[in-house]
Parts: sequence; structure tokens; C-alpha cells
Amino acid sequence: MKTKRRTFLAGVSSAAVLSASGSAFAQKKYSEGASDTEIKIGNTNPYSGPASAYGVIGKTIAAYWKSVNEAGGINGRKVNFITLDDGYNPAKTVECIRQLVEQDKVLCTFNTLGTPCNTAIHKYMNQKKVPMLFVATGASKWGNPKEFPWTMGFQPDYHTEAVIYAKHILANVKDAKIGVLMQNDDYGKDYYEGMREGLGKEVGRIVKHVTYEVTDPTVDSQVIQLKDSGANVFFNISTPKFAAQAMRKAADIGWKPAQYLNNVSSSVASVMKPAGFDNVQGVLTAAYLMDPTDHQWDDNADMKEWKEWMGKHNAGASLADASNVFAYSVSTLMHETLKKCGDNLTRENLMKQAANFQKFRLKMALPGITVSTSPTDFYPVQAVQLQRFKGDTWDLFGDVMHAEST
Amino acid sequence: MPAFPKKWLWILLALAFLVPLLQPLLPDVVSNYRLFLVSTMIIAAIAVLGLNLLTGFNGQISLGHSAFYAVGAYTAAILMDKLDMPYYATLPIAAVMCFIVGYLFGLPALKLEGHYLALATFALALSVPQILKYKWLEDLTGGVQGIVLSKPDVPFGLPLNEDQWLYYYCLVVMVLLYWAAANILNSRSGRAMMAIRDQYMAADTMGIDTALYKTVTFGISAAYTGIAGALSASAIAFVAPDSFNFFLSIKFLIGLVVGGVGSLAGSVVGGIFYVLVDNSAQALSTFVKNDLGLQFDLSAYTVFGIILIVLMYLMPMGIVGGVYYLVRSMRSPGAKAREQAALKQRASS
Repeated sequence: MKTKRRTFLAGVSSAAVLSASGSAFAQKKYSEGASDTEIKIGNTNPYSGPASAYGVIGKTIAAYWKSVNEAGGINGRKVNFITLDDGYNPAKTVECIRQLVEQDKVLCTFNTLGTPCNTAIHKYMNQKKVPMLFVATGASKWGNPKEFPWTMGFQPDYHTEAVIYAKHILANVKDAKIGVLMQNDDYGKDYYEGMREGLGKEVGRIVKHVTYEVTDPTVDSQVIQLKDSGANVFFNISTPKFAAQAMRKAADIGWKPAQYLNNVSSSVASVMKPAGFDNVQGVLTAAYLMDPTDHQWDDNADMKEWKEWMGKHNAGASLADASNVFAYSVSTLMHETLKKCGDNLTRENLMKQAANFQKFRLKMALPGITVSTSPTDFYPVQAVQLQRFKGDTWDLFGDVMHAEST
Repeated sequence: MPAFPKKWLWILLALAFLVPLLQPLLPDVVSNYRLFLVSTMIIAAIAVLGLNLLTGFNGQISLGHSAFYAVGAYTAAILMDKLDMPYYATLPIAAVMCFIVGYLFGLPALKLEGHYLALATFALALSVPQILKYKWLEDLTGGVQGIVLSKPDVPFGLPLNEDQWLYYYCLVVMVLLYWAAANILNSRSGRAMMAIRDQYMAADTMGIDTALYKTVTFGISAAYTGIAGALSASAIAFVAPDSFNFFLSIKFLIGLVVGGVGSLAGSVVGGIFYVLVDNSAQALSTFVKNDLGLQFDLSAYTVFGIILIVLMYLMPMGIVGGVYYLVRSMRSPGAKAREQAALKQRASS
């Protein structure tokens, strides 16, 4: 209730500021894709193909806009959310995006998913001057307003997260010898490069670097190799299934390094529990959103609101899947951005509003983590907090870290 | 399969060249997006044409044509990215490169027949995206990040926009390749290729160098598909390993079977078909759900599958074959029974 009132107040006061700031706002202004009755938003998601597990994100976002429309829309306008299946194939993404921009004439795209897919449309969107907001990828290249003023990221980038782990290792582990398990794709590489950069001169501390493919059945042999290398730190860059396997295997063969697990795989239900709670005590990770399976948030107002929303508008979707939290959270940010635009729904104003958040309290973000953007800062969420696994839940410690991306 | 009537071919070609010029008159019908879509159809048609030369006219099956497509695309992309080569100069090099790769792959494939060849080419399709990510090649291929390119510029100050130019570029390439393929098939070599398909042992006995023909056909087929890949690199202006997964091979195969195995015109129809259905399947599934009010949550691929099954049931010889027999049986009703008998015989052989 408290947070609700606060956002309400913030909304009212920002509306007051807007209406006070001159007559320019009194007139309704539209770009393509917006009108008195409708705002068209485009999106691509992999509903089929190798990455179709991410498809739940698109479905939850669609459910979010449906619930917004049922509640009356945004400033009286319904959101027309058009989401297309690109099968995680960048060539197909280009086709879909051209359809959305040129045929369907959307105002902007929102949360298009996948690093290669977004790379394929990056230049096009900026040439066309169509906002490409809050893309769903953790690569570090999305916040570059000088060269790409129409593209904005959302989540803390993988690179920065890895730098934070590296600094923590150097400060806390004596005589660290680091073994890295990495998924062999863009996401894995981003983390690995971040780790190398964070270590700086100490980069020689990485004694072993092994990779796996998404299609591999297990990572057992990789973990054995890491143990044999004599590493006493284990940096685990893997997606949920493999993260659980790796930590279980490490315990099985009696390897007890200091473990750093990437945020991608921090779900209690789908990673820590299958790995075995006994095996994962003391594992470290960084987080920015609340984990729905973590019982410490059971009484949190945001979490209760989310669970209620899920039951009402997204029934059938998993309450344990962190992707549903992500989709909901990023949608609320888009919602707020559109609300701030008022009746001036031009593409220029949309980018201006997106780049104008001051300590906005994002739904489902960890306490203390807020969204701040500016015309030179296109990284909305930049803070993470370290947490350590204890008992059957994550235990937050230390301060919220604000890392400027490199 | 009979050849496509020449008169119609010229009319279609004239239409294909004229339609983009109508853009100032009908900006909504002939939009840039549609032209781009037709360009991707043309590219798909070239790739299917390549596969048809191998499978339809030489009887060798391949599930690995996405690999040749990838090699073509990456050859073009690397040449443009590293050597600043103009996009049109990359096509012949991509073709030669793919011919060599296809020829070399054709050598061990000589020992493999039918299902075994399918499996070997399947492995090729699976391995190429992995090889593109390999760390020793990363400086060249950009690894998983891929290579970002620029779109082809309009030359000679022609009054066209990028998409119109891309369309004409792809169209001219396709017409040239189609013409070349038709000539190959009409020659001694073409008859040898088809003889090997129809009766391998008889062809061998007649003195045809079956090993040579099979490997060279593999090379030519790969070159065609590689050119399509190189064109797609220019059209999409981006290459990444994820664009060339195994499913692409299956799409070529779908285009081949739906258009008509062993028909040049069928390849073009097949290429158009798969891009068209691939794009409209999702629209159709939302239409079924929202507008018809049926509570089926059909995925786009379910719709795609249903369309395929229906088509195969109604036109087992592909669209071109189906239309041909339809026209024939309408002209002479008596021939209908004979046509069906022939159809049955061909389908069972």
C-alpha cells in the first residue's frame, strides 16, 4: 500500500510538472503508431526454435498489456501489442521488425529478445528513428546514446556483473586460482570478458577455462577438468539446467571452491533446489530482481501484487519462473514511460521520457534498486546486490552496488 | 515434369521488372517492406533451385544445404567486412567457394546412398554453425556476435531506393541462374544427371562417369545455394551463426517438395511458398483464435504443418505438378483417368 501511494504521488507530481511546463503539452502530438485511441507497440520473441523457453516473456508481456487495457488503458488509449515469432533467428527478426515498422507502423518496439536478434536490427531502427526500448539482452552495447540514440537497454549488463565478481574475488579470496565454466555463446563471452577485465593485471589467476554447448547433455567432464586444474574459485557462467548440474557434480567429486554463480541462474526453484541445498551453501551471486521462489519475499507488497496479478491475468504461467517476474517488471517500466508521455506521443518525446527517470522505484526490483536514466545514460538498471545462499534461501549482504558500465 | 511455357515466362518476367516502378502510384500496395519480402522470396527460390538440381535432377538427397548457404553468406560478409569488397564482387567468389566445399563434400558422399547421405548432410548442417563459432576462426567470423554489414547502395545514381535496388539485384541474379540451370539441364550433362537419377546402373553401363557427375552436381548445387546465402547477407545486412541452423535446411526441403521436385519453375514457387506461409502462419493462427473465436491456441508452426499436410494430400507432385495436371485434365476430360494412373505410378515409384 505504501509503495502504491508513493508511485501515485510521483505520478501526480510529474503530471503537475508536465502541465505546468508550458502550453506545448496541452496540444496532442502523435507520431506514427499513436492516436487518440491507440498506442501500437511491436515486439519479437522466440516462440519457436532453440530458445523458445524465453517465449514465456513475450506471453507475459502480452498478458500485461491486456490487463492494462482492461483497466482502461494508458491516458485513455488502448495498447495494441503486436508480438511476432522470430525463432531466435536474426534474419527472421529483420523481416519481423520491418513488418512491424513499415506495415503495422508501430510507435516503438519494446523488449525485443536476444543479443544476435537485436544486433541485426540495431542499425535499421536507428536509421528509421524508431525507439527500440528496453531490449531483452544483457550485452553491454545497448546503452550508447551517441551513436544509437534510439536504442535503450534494461537490465544490468553481464559485463558489469562479472567485473563485480572479479573485484569480490580479488578482495576476499586469498591466492585465488579461478576455474571458469562458460556457455559458448555471446552471453557467456560477455561474462568471461567482464571477468578478465575486472581481474586486470591479475588475469593470470584464471587457471582453467572450459566451455559447453547449449545442446550438450551434461557438463560433468568440464567440472572434473576444473577440479583437476587445482582451482579454488569456480565462476559458473551457465544457464539454469547446467548451473544445477555443475554445482551438484562439484559436490559429488568433493571439489569445494568458492563459487560465483551468474545471475541468470539464481532461481531457487529451478537451480538451487535441484542442485541440492547441502551442495550450494555459500554460493555467491548478484541480483536485481526478487526471486519468486525465495521465501524471504513472501510478505513483500510487490511480490503479493505480482502473484495476485499472475493469478488473475496470466493464469497457467509458472509462478516459479523468474522470466515472468522479468517480463512484468520491464512492462511496468514501459507503462510508466508511456504514461509520462501524456498526450505528446511522438517518437522523440518517448525517447526523451525514457531517458528521464530519476530513482524510479521499479516493481519487483530488490529494495534499494531504482531506475535512473539521462540523455547520456541509457542503462536503466545498473545496480546489483550480492547475495549468498544460506539454508534454503538467498541472503543479501553488503551494499547495493552501482556500477558504471565500461 | 514439362517445361514452363515460354510465353508465360516472359510475361511474368516483364511483370516482375515493372511492378516496383509502380511504387509512386500505389505506395501502399508496392511498399518497401513488400519489395524486401519479395527479395527474400527470390533468395529462397535460388536456394531451393540449388537443392533441386541435386535432389530433383540428380537424385541425391541433402539435409545440409543450410551449411552451404552459411558458407556463401559468410564468404560474402567477410569479404565485405575485412577487404571492403563491393557486394556484387562477392557473389562469384562465394559461388566458387561453395562449389569447392560442395565438390569436396560430394567425394565421400559418393559412397553414401539415400538415408546415409541424408544423415551425413544432416551432420554437416549441424556442425557448420558450431564451426563458425570456433575460437580460431573468431577473428574472421566475429564468433557468436556475427558481422554487421551495410545494405547495398544504389549504383550509377539510379532513381531507386535501397529496397527497389535490392529487389532488382536479386531478380537479375535469379534470372541468370535460372537461365543457366535450364541450359545445363537441356545439355548432354543435364541428361546424364537425370539418367543417374532415373537408373543409376544403366547410366553407368552407358559410359557416364557417374562419380564425376555426382560430385560436380553437388558442387553446382552448393554454389547456387551459396549465392543465395551471399545475397541474403547483403539483404539482411547481418550474419550470425544463429541464422543458419538446421531448420533452414528443412525449409529448403519444404520449398522443394511443395514447389515440385524436379521442376525449375517449382523451385521458384517453392521459395515463394515457404517465405509466404512462414510469414502468414502466425497471422493465420491469431486470426483463428481472435477473429473466428475458436479456443485453439495453435502455434504458428501447427498452422504451417496443417497447410503442408493438406497441400501434400491434394498435390502430391507439388504445386507446379498439381497445377499442370489440373490444367491438362480440364482441357481433355478423357485424359483424366490416364493422368491419375500416371500420377499414382510416379508417386509409388
